[in-house]
Amino acid sequence: MMHIGAKRSLLTAILIAVVVSLFSAHFNRYYRDVAIDVAINIILAVSLNLILGHTGQFSLGHAGFMAVGGYIAAKITLVFGVTAVAWAQPLIFLGALLVGGIVAALAGLAVGVPSLRLRGDYLAIVTLGFGEIIRVIFQTSETFGAATGLVAIPKWTTLGWGFGIAAITVYVVGCLVNSTYGRGFIAVHDDEIAAGAMGINPVRYKVTAFVIGAFFAGVAGGLYAHQKTTLSPGGFDFMKSIDIVVMVILGGMGNTAGVIAAAVILTVVQEPLRALGPLRMVVFALIIIVLMMLRPQGLFSFGKKKGASA
Amino acid sequence: MSEPLLELKNVTIRFGGLTAISGFDLHIGDRELIGLIGPNGAGKTTAFNLITGVYQPTEGAIHFAGRTTLGQRPYQIAKRGIARTFQNIRLFGSMNVFDNVRTAVQVHRSHGIRDALVRMGGFRRGEADVEKQVMELLEIFSLHKQRDEMAKSLPYGDQRRLEIVRALATKPKLLLLDEPAAGMNPTEKVELMKLIRFVQEKFGLAVLLVEHDMKVVMGICERIAVLDYGLKIGEGTPAEIQKNPKVIAAYLGQEAEHA
Repeated sequence: MMHIGAKRSLLTAILIAVVVSLFSAHFNRYYRDVAIDVAINIILAVSLNLILGHTGQFSLGHAGFMAVGGYIAAKITLVFGVTAVAWAQPLIFLGALLVGGIVAALAGLAVGVPSLRLRGDYLAIVTLGFGEIIRVIFQTSETFGAATGLVAIPKWTTLGWGFGIAAITVYVVGCLVNSTYGRGFIAVHDDEIAAGAMGINPVRYKVTAFVIGAFFAGVAGGLYAHQKTTLSPGGFDFMKSIDIVVMVILGGMGNTAGVIAAAVILTVVQEPLRALGPLRMVVFALIIIVLMMLRPQGLFSFGKKKGASA
Repeated sequence: MSEPLLELKNVTIRFGGLTAISGFDLHIGDRELIGLIGPNGAGKTTAFNLITGVYQPTEGAIHFAGRTTLGQRPYQIAKRGIARTFQNIRLFGSMNVFDNVRTAVQVHRSHGIRDALVRMGGFRRGEADVEKQVMELLEIFSLHKQRDEMAKSLPYGDQRRLEIVRALATKPKLLLLDEPAAGMNPTEKVELMKLIRFVQEKFGLAVLLVEHDMKVVMGICERIAVLDYGLKIGEGTPAEIQKNPKVIAAYLGQEAEHA
C-alpha cells in the first residue's frame, strides 16, 4: 500500500536527516553547503512539480515565491531572532520559515486566482511578470534593504533542517497526488474539459496547486536566506525560475523520483563547472540541451509504471 | 408524466452573427432514451455543450431536476447528475484505466486535502471503498483485467466503453452520449446498442444520444428530435421521424442517396 510506504519513507528520511545533522560538524564546510543547496533545490523542484508536472500549469514565477519566503523569513530573524536567547532561536527559525511560507502561499493565491483563465504560454508570461514584480518590489523597498538586500542573516540552515523539510515536501506532494482526491490534479493536467465534465472543479485544483507549491517555495527561500546569510534581489531573477523549471522537465514532468534526481544532479554538476568562469553557463546550457535531446521525456521517465498510482 | 428530468425551453445561442441553435425545445423524462440527430453542423454537439454548461445560452431556459442550470459551471452540473462522453474521446491520457474511473468516483466523496495528508483510518477505508466501487464498475463492463493499462493504449472500442464507465462513475441521472458509434464497424455498433440499453436499464438512467448512424438511433431510441441548421425540424417516435417530410428532405434524403 502506497500510503504506508510514504509514511515509512518520510520517517526514514527524517531519521537520516537527524543523524546526518549530528555529524555535520565534521563535514568539510564546502560539501555541507553544496548538500544544503541540494536540499533546497529538491524542495523547489518538487513543489514546482506539483504546479507544473502534476497540474500542468506553466509557472515561471517560482523564484518569486522563493523570494517572498526568503525575505520575510530573513526579516523576522533579523528583528526577533538575533537578540533572542539560544534555546529560542530554533523556534524563531521555524516560525520565520512558516510565516515566510504562508506569505508566499498568499502570493500564490494572488497569482493563481487571476491566472485561472489563462493557459500555457499566457500563464507562463503572467507568472514571469509576477516574479519580476516581486523582485523589483524588494529591490526598491528600504525595509528589505533595497538593492543591497539583507545582510548578516544568521546561518541557521543545517543539513537537518534542509533535508528534514525536503522530506516533508516530498511526503506532502506525494500523498496529495497519490490519493483519489489528488487524481484531480492530474485530471486537470490531462484534460480540463473532461475533468470539468466529471465534476472536478479545475479552478480549485489549480489554485490549490499554486498555493501549496508557493508555500514550499517560500520555505525553501527561508532556508536559502539562512544558508547564504545575505539576500539580494538579483538572486531571485528569472534565471532562477528557469533553473527550477529545467529540473522538473529534466526529471520528467510529474515524476517525483526523477525530479529529485534532476535537482541533485543539476546542483552538483554546477560545482566543478565553476572553474570555467564565464564559460560555465555555456557548458551548463549545453549539458541540458544534450540531455533533452537524448531523453525528451525526462531523464528518469521509463514509461509509466503499471499500477504506479494504486 | 411528472415534470421532466431535463427541460430546454426556447434555447438560443449565437456566436457573433451565427445562430448555432435557435428556439430549441426539448424535454427528457426519467429513464427515457432520446435520440438527437441532424446533419453535420446542425448544432447537436452545441446542444450538449449548452446542457453541460460549457456554453451559456443567449436566450432561453434550461432546467434539470426542477432547477435551472444557467450560470452553473460544468463541474457543478456534473455534480448534479449530468454525465457525458465526448465525440472525440477525452480520456485522461496519463492515467491507467483504474485511475480514469477513480477520478470520476471522487465527485461524491468528501475526502479532501487533509485526509490525503493525514491518512488516518478513515482515509484508508475511504480509499478502499473507492477501489471497490471502481472495480465493480470495471467488472460490469469487463474492463477489470485492463485496470493497470494506460487508458490511451486500449483498443478504440474499449476506450469508448471506458469513457461510458467513467461517466457512470459520477452516478448520473442523465447520460449524454456524443456520437458513441463514430468509427465503429457494424458488429461493434450492434454491441454498442446492447450496451446503451443495458446501461439505461441497469443504472436507471435517462440517456440523450447524439448519433449519426441511423440504424443505431432508430434501433434503440424511444423518441427522436431532429436538428437542422440549429432549428428543430421534427420530433417523434422513430416511425414518425422516418415519415416526416422535412426530416427526409434535410437528412434521411441525403442518407438515402448515399445508400
